[in-house]
Amino acid sequence: MPPDPHGVMTTHDILMNLLVFALSSFLGLELIRHVSRLLHTPLMSLTNALSSIAVIAAFIVLDDQQNDFVTVLALIAIACSATNAIGGFMITDRILRMFKKDKPAKEAS
Amino acid sequence: MIHDVRLGMYAVAAILFALSLKGMSEVRTSRLGNWAGIAGMALGVIATLVAVHLRHIDWVAGAVIVGVALGVPMALRMPMTAVPQRTAFSHAFGALAAALVGTGEFYDRVPEIAAHGATIQDRFAILVLCAEVILGYLTATGSIVALLKLQEVKWVPSSPVIFPGRHALSALLIGGAFAIAIALAIDPTQPYLFPILIGAALIFGVLLVLAIGGADMPTVIAILNSYAGLSAVGLGFVLNNKLLIVAGALDGTSGLVLAVLMCQAMNRSFTNVLFGGFGATATAAAGKKEERPYRSGAADEAAFLLSNASKVVFAPGYGLAVAQAQHAVREVAEELKKRGVDVKYAIHPVAGRMPGHMNVLLADANVPYDELLEMEEINPIFPEVDVVVVVGANDVVNPAARTDKTSPLYGMPMLDVDRAKNVIFLKRSMATGFAGVDNELFYQSSTMMLLGDAKKSLLHVREALKQV
Repeated sequence: MPPDPHGVMTTHDILMNLLVFALSSFLGLELIRHVSRLLHTPLMSLTNALSSIAVIAAFIVLDDQQNDFVTVLALIAIACSATNAIGGFMITDRILRMFKKDKPAKEAS
Repeated sequence: MIHDVRLGMYAVAAILFALSLKGMSEVRTSRLGNWAGIAGMALGVIATLVAVHLRHIDWVAGAVIVGVALGVPMALRMPMTAVPQRTAFSHAFGALAAALVGTGEFYDRVPEIAAHGATIQDRFAILVLCAEVILGYLTATGSIVALLKLQEVKWVPSSPVIFPGRHALSALLIGGAFAIAIALAIDPTQPYLFPILIGAALIFGVLLVLAIGGADMPTVIAILNSYAGLSAVGLGFVLNNKLLIVAGALDGTSGLVLAVLMCQAMNRSFTNVLFGGFGATATAAAGKKEERPYRSGAADEAAFLLSNASKVVFAPGYGLAVAQAQHAVREVAEELKKRGVDVKYAIHPVAGRMPGHMNVLLADANVPYDELLEMEEINPIFPEVDVVVVVGANDVVNPAARTDKTSPLYGMPMLDVDRAKNVIFLKRSMATGFAGVDNELFYQSSTMMLLGDAKKSLLHVREALKQV
């Protein structure tokens, strides 16, 4: 029998999840504080793309799902997340490619 | 076994997400950071897909294709001036996705719980689920209103919409939604209350952002970013999925840090932005205005001033983008650099319409990023600068922010342009800025006003420079 991806939630799980949340929030604060101000716009489009990880929640809800209503909600969520993921990563790369240093023309000669 | 492999892949994906943000600490590593994000996302999705049994793979594929068809053209065609709108749009979609999954999970889970009797863990899950759904739906509608305000759609005013009883209505909606959440956690057999909760959250989101003025949009976008991340965290708790928690927490803190930075840059408190009505107080102060003499100049005078300078700084504001003058600025700068003039750009944190927006607009116009200096870097240098050219900015260079305690701008961090030896102020007319406050800088003896369309003025300056 395949393991249930939902997992069975115990009090232990809840506490572990709180720990993970607290630690990753601290990590996030530290990482974001060191992001160059120059790059705050692409940072936002990147984190938008990362937040489309909600798509895996939609997959988990769809696991052996019999209810059509729930299936439709999850499918819409997948379409939204896919839009964000592909669009977010692509526009981030497009923005980052625009950031260039001054042409090193003088060094060449 | 497969369970452990899945957790291992999640761990690697979480590390890749952290590295992806780490990569954004400098331009050199930023594109690699984006790739780390892509790899983490792919890994997370694959790890999940191998563990679940999808009954309708074709429908899932169809949903992904719809997403790609929507996302790709937007990413490729969107002009850089519209990036704030795209960001608001993607907050709406991200939050909607989280809210819909939460809704589905609620209807999936409640019958089971009702049949077996709720454990304490079930009650916790329902409470978190409801909170996540509230956050998701209010972020979705709030982001759509933000998008419409940024797009300057006619039927959505960009000024704050304030009506009597607004606070009471908002409090009733959000309080009611959370009261229902608690009621459902206590007694999960009343699922008909759930749509009321959804409706309240949707309306609350609209009211929340309608009440916020256009000038505060950079902060609002950052806060909505944070909410979208937090709703993913909520899903992670409900589904007991740690990758969702990590990714959501990184997203949530990112939005929070940016929102705080934006508030600091505008000298506003968080609560002030969320419940304020900034526009209302500021315009009242602008009422009394007398005609005062100022020095107006022509393009060739500006060119003469610039050609004799050795250090020139451009101070751009959002008006630059409105006038589509980014390229014209760069062309003038290049003409000056040919003459050996040192050229820099002074970037105020709220110069654009979202955090970091001005940097992107200038990079799009091929301005090298090492010429873009942040406010803290450039302010000490202004006394040595021969000429500052202000383009499309007003409030962020207003000395009243430093000197006039009665001004609504007082205390806001500003570019100390007034300390430079000469200022050339490009402006459409002598009207006041976004905050409706007169600017002392116009009447300073070192200031020359160059009135007219910014792009045309700059092109004239460039022509004149070629002849000097």
